[in-house]
Amino acid sequence: MSNQLTIADAARKRTEGNPNNLFNALRTGGPVAWLSCIVMGLGNIVAGQFIKGLMFLAIELIALYLIVMPFGCIERLKDVPELGRLLKEETWNEDKGVYDYVMHDESWKILLYGVIAVAIIGILIFMWQVSVRSGNIARTNRKLGKKVNNFWEDIKALFDENIHKLLMAFPFVCIITFTIIPLVYMICMAFTSYSAENYHTAMFEWIGFKVFARFFDTAAGTFGEQFWDVFCWTIVWAFFATFLNFFLGTFVAMIINRPTTKLKGLWRTLFSFTIAVPQFVSLLVINTMFQNLGIVNTILERNGFIEEPIKFLSDVGTARVFVIVINLWVGIPYTIMQVTGILKNIPGDLYEAARIDGANVVQQFMNITLPYMIFVMTPYIITSFTGNINNFNVIFLLTGGGPTEVGKDAGQTDLLVTWLYKMSMNEQKYNIAAVIGIFTFIVLATVSLITYRSTGSYKDEEGFK
Amino acid sequence: MAKKTNGSIKAQRFTMDIIVHTILIIMCVIWVLPFLYLIVQSFRGGKYLGMFAESFFPTEWSANAFVRLFKETKQINFPQMFMNTFWIACATCVISTFFVLAVSYSLSRVKWKLRKPYMNFAMVVTLFPGFMSMVAVYILLKTMFDLEVHPERIPLALIINYSAGAGFGFHVMKGYMDTIPKALDEAAYLDGATKWQTFTKVTLPLCKPMIVYQVITSFMGPWCDFIFAKLICGVKYEYYTVSIGLQRMITKEFVNGWFTRFCAGSVLVAVPISILFIITQKFYQEAMSGSVKG
Repeated sequence: MSNQLTIADAARKRTEGNPNNLFNALRTGGPVAWLSCIVMGLGNIVAGQFIKGLMFLAIELIALYLIVMPFGCIERLKDVPELGRLLKEETWNEDKGVYDYVMHDESWKILLYGVIAVAIIGILIFMWQVSVRSGNIARTNRKLGKKVNNFWEDIKALFDENIHKLLMAFPFVCIITFTIIPLVYMICMAFTSYSAENYHTAMFEWIGFKVFARFFDTAAGTFGEQFWDVFCWTIVWAFFATFLNFFLGTFVAMIINRPTTKLKGLWRTLFSFTIAVPQFVSLLVINTMFQNLGIVNTILERNGFIEEPIKFLSDVGTARVFVIVINLWVGIPYTIMQVTGILKNIPGDLYEAARIDGANVVQQFMNITLPYMIFVMTPYIITSFTGNINNFNVIFLLTGGGPTEVGKDAGQTDLLVTWLYKMSMNEQKYNIAAVIGIFTFIVLATVSLITYRSTGSYKDEEGFK
Repeated sequence: MAKKTNGSIKAQRFTMDIIVHTILIIMCVIWVLPFLYLIVQSFRGGKYLGMFAESFFPTEWSANAFVRLFKETKQINFPQMFMNTFWIACATCVISTFFVLAVSYSLSRVKWKLRKPYMNFAMVVTLFPGFMSMVAVYILLKTMFDLEVHPERIPLALIINYSAGAGFGFHVMKGYMDTIPKALDEAAYLDGATKWQTFTKVTLPLCKPMIVYQVITSFMGPWCDFIFAKLICGVKYEYYTVSIGLQRMITKEFVNGWFTRFCAGSVLVAVPISILFIITQKFYQEAMSGSVKG
């Protein structure tokens, strides 16, 4: 295997440095290495790896073509600082006797191609340093009289010690193209004026941190005020949704797990329906049941419990409580699933000892079960907290973020994610949506950092004491 | 005295049992009610087909909604939507299972320089809300495949969207592969196997329960997505998937004639998905009980 080092190798490495390092390659590789920076693959060809070298050369030619060709990377990138200049124009065409319309530049396209161009150039730079290093290794090996892989052996290595290159290549390309490029594109948008406000949907420009600044201007009636309303509600929602789910779910799991409870499997199965049925079905049904004229109000009214329908979805206070309650319906089964396994792991002798000391059920719960659960479940609680911050389905399908006050974009039950969705899909205020996304990222990153720290410290404690 | 205490403990336990079972029964009724409502409403007969039923259980029963769902396909073509989703789901589950397996094996079994950076990178990227880049993915796919001119490429765009990110969904599978003893791999190397052979002949067979879990989970994805499909299909109804088709049935213009059919369609989607889900749970638990037994 390649990483088995002989003593001679190790000694050489100490004096010359690892040939598999770009700077060492350039420092010790001599003129061929320097030339191979300009003519990719030269190092491999000199070392006798003709096909590999020619492939690097081909990559270089394609790369240069992609960069300098008409509408290639350079041309695309040239437009990015201004995001297009040409406004819609009409010019009189003498020959045909008509007005020619010149369409304006489309900034979103310019930006998208710009991001793609940067990605292509990044990949090329990566390939460039791979080729320089690869050439240098091949030549070093040849100089030392070691074996230099021919092309067929390189292919074989792809199925053996280099298998990760083969396996990762395709998934990684897909991730770069369909996850990273869109993400970078959206982050860029946070710094532009791409928004339906003032008709900047076709032509927009870089405006720096202006959009971010709007989020911190919290005077009454401004956009910033709405944002912080939504932000606070998101945190409140995530807090209640997480902890109510956790405590009630634990409670239910415990009463199912009691030794004398019958039909344990049946109860668990019935609860797990909520998880099994797609949420867009179950939550839409609940939505229709709780409409002002829906079945719940109809039945309550008919039996004389209420005189006029309860506005589950259209009154602020009720709607907020309603979504939290329905989220219990969604979330408790998940907690039951998680908790059941953990409950079985609590050492039974703890309870035994407690019973001998005369502790009652409540005391046992408070002093044994709860601390144990909190200890084991802290990572789970924090993950479900971040999950609830991003809980799109419950809000979107139940209330759609509503009720909305007149003159506001955000509804009273909108979370950051649903608001982000509305901002980009319905309102087309892409820059604002992007900034909301970045803020959500900051919140989630903070919470996750705390999780990682706490799990790290737990590792040292060697379990529950 | 002792007997009496024993008896009172028994009595106490008996009352507790009754209380517990009552609570459970009440809760389960509440939990099942929406599904029951969905099912009984799908069998509602009568003239009124809208969303505001008079009573929980319909007064007239009929299977008309199911029949009409399949027969009247002019406005909303349920069978076509079902097949669209089915093919998209099949392709998605093949591609994303392959991606997940490839990435998990590379991360679990091969030591390479960018392994840790890749995992950290995946963690950071997945912290961004998915909806943020959705518009950008849409723009990208639209430009790439020229969807305005070639709407027949919509299913392809959907498949790519559902499976392209699978390289980041390696956590469960990698965790599982980590539990397979390294000694098995080493034994294979000693016998002269390459890493590829170890991957296909040792690791994959041992991962079977987890692969089943992965296949079904990724198969279910397209059935449940109701946001991106809507965004990319727009008004090209012949490419709709079931979830957005069902949603369309309860938009304002359709709901009065289509609510019972919405219920029927939902039942038809929810039943197979639930069964699949229960199967995944079985395999998941089997997987969690250890990769190599005895």
